[in-house]
Amino acid sequence: MSRRRSLHLAIGLTLVLILAGAVVVSYFWLPFPPDDTSGGRLSPPGDGHLLGTDKLGRDLFTQLLLGGRIAFATGLGAVAVGGVLGVSLGLLAGFATRWLDDAAAVALDILIAFPTLLLAMIIVAGAGASLGTAILAIGIGMAAIVARLTRVLVKQVLSRDYITTARIAGVSWPGVVLSHVLPNIGPVLLVNLALQAGLAVLAEASLSYLGLGTPPPNASWGRMLFEAQATALTSPLAALAPGLALVALVIGFNLTADGLRDLTDPTRVSGPSRASRRRTLQSDSAHQPAPRADASHQPAPATGPSPESRPATEGPLAAPSSGTVATTDPFPGQVPPSSPGQVPPSDPPSGRT
Amino acid sequence: MPRYLVRRTAILLVSLVLAAVVLFVLLRLLPGDPVNALLPVGATPEQIEAARRELGTDVSLPVQFLRWLGDAFTLDLGRSLISTLPVGPEIAGRLPVTVPVTLAAFLLAVVIAVPVGALAAIRADRWYGPIINAVAQLGIAVPAFWIGVLLVTVFALRLQVLPAGGFPPDGWSQPGPAIEAIILPVVTVALVMSASLIRYVRAATLGVLGADYLRTARALGESSASAMWRHGLRNASVPVIAVLAVELATTFLGAVVVESVFALPGLGSLLVTGIRQHDYPVIQGVMLVSTAAVLLVGFLGDIAQRLIDPRLLQRGTS
Repeated sequence: MSRRRSLHLAIGLTLVLILAGAVVVSYFWLPFPPDDTSGGRLSPPGDGHLLGTDKLGRDLFTQLLLGGRIAFATGLGAVAVGGVLGVSLGLLAGFATRWLDDAAAVALDILIAFPTLLLAMIIVAGAGASLGTAILAIGIGMAAIVARLTRVLVKQVLSRDYITTARIAGVSWPGVVLSHVLPNIGPVLLVNLALQAGLAVLAEASLSYLGLGTPPPNASWGRMLFEAQATALTSPLAALAPGLALVALVIGFNLTADGLRDLTDPTRVSGPSRASRRRTLQSDSAHQPAPRADASHQPAPATGPSPESRPATEGPLAAPSSGTVATTDPFPGQVPPSSPGQVPPSDPPSGRT
Repeated sequence: MPRYLVRRTAILLVSLVLAAVVLFVLLRLLPGDPVNALLPVGATPEQIEAARRELGTDVSLPVQFLRWLGDAFTLDLGRSLISTLPVGPEIAGRLPVTVPVTLAAFLLAVVIAVPVGALAAIRADRWYGPIINAVAQLGIAVPAFWIGVLLVTVFALRLQVLPAGGFPPDGWSQPGPAIEAIILPVVTVALVMSASLIRYVRAATLGVLGADYLRTARALGESSASAMWRHGLRNASVPVIAVLAVELATTFLGAVVVESVFALPGLGSLLVTGIRQHDYPVIQGVMLVSTAAVLLVGFLGDIAQRLIDPRLLQRGTS
């Protein structure tokens, strides 16, 4: 049923793993020493130089591998910073009293009004351009987005009947968080963090392109593109290769997120994702206009996940086998989060009327 | 609606003030005394004291903030530490570059994305449906500045049909060269924007395609095109407008980065130069103006959404 989605996951993971493998290899072997300029300036491919040399005479492929290290360091580092900060803040806001929660919501909205890149630029302005600053700055910018998502998800989960049931059964709040809240919001967060990793890589490249990221002589893909711009006509490879590597990594993260979303979260929460699965459904049933009397398609405002009833037929259609859930379930042994029929993540359709 | 309008306006004003606080605090928290940017190494304490008074950093932080905010309301954003020119007019002088680029790129992106995204949804079963998806997927992974570099290489360096960068010094008084100067930047930003917009439009269209009211309209004898036009469009536009407001802000940000590719004298290059030179009043001013613009666009987007879909007023609007 979700063959296309698992294809996304396969392609995405393959891209990420190939690039990660290249980065790992770069720690043991490099075609040339990073500062070896024996190849002559801007020479075309050949002579052991797979992609030729840059304008200082350094091997381009070596630089590309080194840039990969920075890209992965940014992607993973920023996600770690943003994830830990964002989820903690979001949980706190979700559990806070009404007044505090409102204040947190407004504060997060304001932080989000500063796009991540601008926020990162301000931090770089004071702390100076370096890889660590860039990672921290991008991570902090990301935290606001993750916190807002976490807050909305937490509030959704907390309004469910099974939370009340658990509380009546005597489960403490920390226990509720561990056994009900986190397993239910984990998959959505995981998908979002995979997307954010791609965005972080893009943001670092932009910062480096502007000269506000990783300082020379370190090869960041963004920096390499900046340096290649002036000579793009005579040595197009220097302007193409880093860009292609960048796009491959970001697409890898995005497709992985897409695939994970389908594996971990058969009941969509918001955004384009919701409808993209519907596309799968529709293209699958395209030749037989199946009557879907129970499908109530009301566009949800894209500003945030809205509590929506999930047509009963949709869940099982896209439900992954329980085996696949277990592989990505952060809490193995728990009830698979949001798996239809077991822990209904949303009220039955009648709840809306 | 009036109640919502009052509430939303209040939120906007509070947000603006809070954003100013966040900006101010962020910039003050950062290490480095702005005085250092102003004085040569080995300045006497008297000189430092004088410079502090000049900058207004000799008083306590809350007083500094209130002063700055009060000045900002009268459009006085202080003076640049480097050029000593007032920041307000400097920003105003950059707007004729950044605003046209942002708006033109935004319009171009909408013109590309709405039909293409709707087509990808309505004709999801045709061969071009998946292709549109794949291209959009590719598009959101491509950094705007790289597209800019590639476009410059092809159209400016190789084909030499458009300028590689810069902006005519007398600006829009010579519309020809000015338009030529912003074509490539606009296309660059628009291409990147339309990729993500296509995905949202497609999703929103898919969201209404299976809707009961469309089937009812069809059952009552409307053609599918007419049903889509009369009922689907309005419903599909609600989530899209929410996204558009965000996208307009992102377009602006894209323009900020892309300006550097094309050496356009806009807000973006002002900000980047300001950051490189630790020119706090400039950074503060540009950020304040851009944040205010982003918040205002979000405000307008929310209002527009509720004009189109009054149901949103009844649901929990918080």
